[in-house]
Amino acid sequence: MTFLELKDLRIHFPTDDGLVKSVDGLSFTLERGKTLGIVGESGSGKSVTSLGVLGLHKGGRAKISGEIWLDGEELVGASAEHVRKLRGKKMAMIFQDPLSAMHPYYTVGNQIIEAYRIHHDVSKKVARKHAIDMLARVGIPQPDRRVDSYPHEFSGGMRQRAMIAMALCCDPELLIADEPTTALDVTVQAQILDLMRDLQRDFNAALIIITHDLGVVAELSDDILVMYGGKCIEYGSAEDIFERPEHPYTWGLLGSMPRLDREPTERLLPIKGSPPSLINVPSGCAFHPRCPYAERTAGRSETEVPELLETAGGHRVRCHLPGERRRAIWEKEVMPNLEGTS
Amino acid sequence: MRKRYASTALLAAAVAMSLGLSACGGGSEKSSGTGDAGNAASQGPQPEFNAALENVVNPSDKKGGTLKMAVSEAWDSIDPGDTYYAMSWNLLRIYSRTLVTYTLAPGGKARELVPDLAESLGEPSDDGKTWTYKLRTGLKFEDGTPITSKDVKYAVLRQLDKDTFVNGPTYFNDYLDLPKDFKSVYKTPDVNTDSAIETPDDQTIVFHLKKPFGAFDQFAALPSTVPVPKDKDTGIKYRQHPIASGPYMFEKVEEGKQYTLVRNPNWDPATDPVRKALPERYEIQLGVEANDLDNRIIAGDLHVDIAGTGVQSAALGTIMADPALKARADNPTSPRTWYISILDDNPPLDNVECRKAVIYAADRVGLQNAYGGELAGEIATGLMPPSIGGWQKLDLYPTGTGDVEKAKAALAACGQPDGFETTMTFRSDRPKEQAAAESMQQALAKVGIKLTLKGFPTSSYFSEYAGKPAYTKKNNVGLATHGWQADWNDGFGFLSQIVDSRTIRESGNYNLSIKSPEIDALIDQASAETDVAKREAIWGEIDRKVMENAYVLPAVWAKALTIRGQGLTNVYVTGAFDMYDFPALGVE
Amino acid sequence: MVTYIIRRLIAAVLMLVVVSIVTFSIFFVIPRLAGVTATDFANRYVGSKGATAETVAHLAEKLGFNDPLTVQYGRWVKGIVAGSEFDTGVSIEHCPAPCLGYSFITKTPVWPELLDRLPVTVSLALGASVIWLVAGVATGVLSALRRGSFFDRAAMGVALAGVSLPIFFTGMISLVYFSYKFGITVPGGTFVSFTESPVQWAYSLILPWITLAFLYAASYARLTRAGMLETMGEDYIRTARAKGLPESRVITKHGLRAALTPIVTIFGMDVGLLLGGAILTETTFSLPGVGRYAVQAISANDLPKIMGVVMLTACFVVVANLIVDLLYAVVDPRVRLG
Repeated sequence: MTFLELKDLRIHFPTDDGLVKSVDGLSFTLERGKTLGIVGESGSGKSVTSLGVLGLHKGGRAKISGEIWLDGEELVGASAEHVRKLRGKKMAMIFQDPLSAMHPYYTVGNQIIEAYRIHHDVSKKVARKHAIDMLARVGIPQPDRRVDSYPHEFSGGMRQRAMIAMALCCDPELLIADEPTTALDVTVQAQILDLMRDLQRDFNAALIIITHDLGVVAELSDDILVMYGGKCIEYGSAEDIFERPEHPYTWGLLGSMPRLDREPTERLLPIKGSPPSLINVPSGCAFHPRCPYAERTAGRSETEVPELLETAGGHRVRCHLPGERRRAIWEKEVMPNLEGTS
Repeated sequence: MRKRYASTALLAAAVAMSLGLSACGGGSEKSSGTGDAGNAASQGPQPEFNAALENVVNPSDKKGGTLKMAVSEAWDSIDPGDTYYAMSWNLLRIYSRTLVTYTLAPGGKARELVPDLAESLGEPSDDGKTWTYKLRTGLKFEDGTPITSKDVKYAVLRQLDKDTFVNGPTYFNDYLDLPKDFKSVYKTPDVNTDSAIETPDDQTIVFHLKKPFGAFDQFAALPSTVPVPKDKDTGIKYRQHPIASGPYMFEKVEEGKQYTLVRNPNWDPATDPVRKALPERYEIQLGVEANDLDNRIIAGDLHVDIAGTGVQSAALGTIMADPALKARADNPTSPRTWYISILDDNPPLDNVECRKAVIYAADRVGLQNAYGGELAGEIATGLMPPSIGGWQKLDLYPTGTGDVEKAKAALAACGQPDGFETTMTFRSDRPKEQAAAESMQQALAKVGIKLTLKGFPTSSYFSEYAGKPAYTKKNNVGLATHGWQADWNDGFGFLSQIVDSRTIRESGNYNLSIKSPEIDALIDQASAETDVAKREAIWGEIDRKVMENAYVLPAVWAKALTIRGQGLTNVYVTGAFDMYDFPALGVE
Repeated sequence: MVTYIIRRLIAAVLMLVVVSIVTFSIFFVIPRLAGVTATDFANRYVGSKGATAETVAHLAEKLGFNDPLTVQYGRWVKGIVAGSEFDTGVSIEHCPAPCLGYSFITKTPVWPELLDRLPVTVSLALGASVIWLVAGVATGVLSALRRGSFFDRAAMGVALAGVSLPIFFTGMISLVYFSYKFGITVPGGTFVSFTESPVQWAYSLILPWITLAFLYAASYARLTRAGMLETMGEDYIRTARAKGLPESRVITKHGLRAALTPIVTIFGMDVGLLLGGAILTETTFSLPGVGRYAVQAISANDLPKIMGVVMLTACFVVVANLIVDLLYAVVDPRVRLG
């Protein structure tokens, strides 16, 4: 039995301007001890997906359909109260900006203790001890003193460590990190990523990392899911995505990825245009207005929504271009540009 | 005499709305209920509009009950030696007694004086300078000590100290033949004062005056003669508990909040032929919001508004629109005139023709409306109101909406055919006076007289502006709004303080326009006259002289719309104060 | 923290000195500069029509109007610090500190009168503030959580009315209906002290409380609603939910706590000001409190009373300010007092 499986998940928000299809038919699976990277631009639906899994997609107005199976339980149809009890305990989340994501009026310890005691019937003293242990475990020096500090008294990196400690305090089996390093310095980013990898190994949790930056998931992820316009447009192992990417959008992402192995003076290759509106999703392939190869589909990309098709060993792509042509373009036109300077 | 006035116009408007909503509901039901009860119980006239002006409404001798009174702004003092408010003089007759007092009867009969502490009215000497009174026997203060003539003498001398008692009238100061070295009962307690007041025995008191005064019984009716026991006198603090000589005594005195009075066990009805003393208890609330006060009387929660100046404009509308409420209302004329002084200090108003032009040009109906319309006042043709003895109907000026032709003729006679400019002052916190000033401005503009209006707060109006000659002269003040009420309802009581040029001082004057040696001489003549009819004729003559010389433009003789509280017995308007007669009231 | 409080207290005393000088200037100095003489001043307080120039001169002397203004001010301050003496005519009475002087009109010492009026105002202010805080915040929270619902629209409509309707209107209407027409509540002017009967106390004040609270509750509801809407959109609320906290706890412990912080500040200031006299409410309901006292004093130009009320109000506001600042540091740990 797979640990986490999403089947055709759709999360739509009715608004005054029309229906926002934030997530539109997303499916994937994830096992314990494995890491999935979900990559996409802002507005691609990646954050809504993670919130949907936790049952935190906004309010009663969102329409959710499809299935989310977590360890044998279906969550979309489950009661809000049941999902709440799973939150924080079975599945936990690390947010992007720990300064705004932690309550400014309560000490770090207090917030960890609160998270722990919600799911464990223990005394405050025991919970406090646990909180100190957790802070120690995420590498915060003098945890018995820092436990009484307020979030604003921490540095950015320390705050993210505290955030991680809070997420891990109930030993969750599914951990979702939403842009966990975006708000941090580059050097600190690396430390936090290392820490997460170590902890995941220790806890044997399933980890989903959500990011707009392929670099973040490059070393951590087993599998990578690329989202665009609420849909998965490419899915595969990290190796697939980095070595044999098949979707023009993924190529674009790779081109705009800052890499430590490149010269800092080198220009990135941004993807032209802007992310699609989720209300008026472009017809056919949502990416076609920005796709440099759209004319090579003989107009299909403007009228037909491409299927997500498996090309080889679990590697799936949503593109009208025939497989051979994609590989040809990648090898002859794209890859040399990316690597030409290295 | 000072009075309370409406608060803000906004407030009135708000309440007008609220009362409008309830007028046809609870109000009428309740009042018709009372009407039935009244029919069954009373032998007197049916409750109807103005029924209490000349008759006793709901007469009864039933004792007991609590009479609830209220006032929106407290008066100066409950110390009989330190008060100058009509409501206070009316009210203090429930807890104190004067040598003589007013008859407890409706209408003009009330102005007849009857003996109170004294066995009879004053015995004058032939020259009118010595007045003798004999006290009744068996009179006692609330603590049981007997009331003697010495207590009356002490009380009269005590209140002469105007450094301590700044509020009360000064008639005794002006008339008593006091020794030169007498300063006050506190500063010079050992000076012999027999030259002013003698007490040959405990029952007899003899007043000696510097100059003849024919109406001395009016002085003897002043609160100044309420006896004060010397050993209980606490000076300015006496107001915290005046010792009762009347049928009720103070139970609690909470300044600015409330007074309660209970029966005085040492008051003997056998010594008091005047009072009925019906209620068991009086509760007097001070500082009740004026509109709320009206509403509570209408609803039956209160019996009497002590101020007696009538309901606010909001309640006025409600009462006149509801027959059942109107039947509980009266519209008495007050001994008060609202008028406009015409100051002759600055040219061209030093010319009588220019002053007359102002009167001719004035819109008299507009002024009546400014002061609240027909229910609030009758267009005045003289300074003296009709309820004052000696009043005669004057017909010197038209009372329409302004006579432009006569005004222009007067201006031409004055040598100012194109008009002139002057300043008019009014009390800015009194909307009625502001309206009056605006009416004058419009009416006078028609004949070329240009008015600049200046409003000042009541609290400093006389002390710093309209009553200060240095100010009026310097700022070319030609017109100033005024109001005046009688201390008691005779010519002296009404006029003496506002027509006598010799009373004018540095500031704080109520009269700056009437400065005539001829009138001053008439005042002296009237004061000395002991024959009532002759005396009154002289006061009437003074009123005529004031109008002939156009020293004032009388606007209205005030009227008040008052409402009789539910369950009130023996209700009538006393001609002595032109308000309900407080010592006569009882409750069902 | 201690030095902070000491510093604030010193500043508070200085503030009171400034307030007293300004008040004194408004009522004593400015009129004098505008040409009002000592005699004119005295003339305000001779009630009688026939007062002689001599009487007025004596009164001016007695009330001290002839002295230089600095001496008059100094005497007033001295009275507060050390007490003063008063001539009743019969004897010299000592008025112990803090002596705010004797009324020019009723000749009563001001301080005991203020103390006598204070229970009414305190009862009114505290009762009303509890009602408006609870009602206003509860309405605001519910409105924010059900944004756009019928309840939200209705509550905000009522709140708008509450903010715009003056108290003498709502007060008078409610008196006319509840007290006089239906007889449910007591008529205006009724006050029973708490020590006499707590039940009667509350009953006698319920209408003024609600009327006054209505006005404030309206603005508090609006403030709370706006604050809650903002706070509930914060990231830390999402975090709290992600931790698996029940929604009620998310709202109260995480949402309300943050949304209430600015309200605490306003609440402190409002209560402080009200303790100095709820002028309109006390007037409308004829309650003998400090506010009504102030109105009476101002309409009679009774300077010692006016000064007394102003100083009392200033004290309450200054203290409320201090408490609010201290409380703020407790509520929001990001605020550090040094």
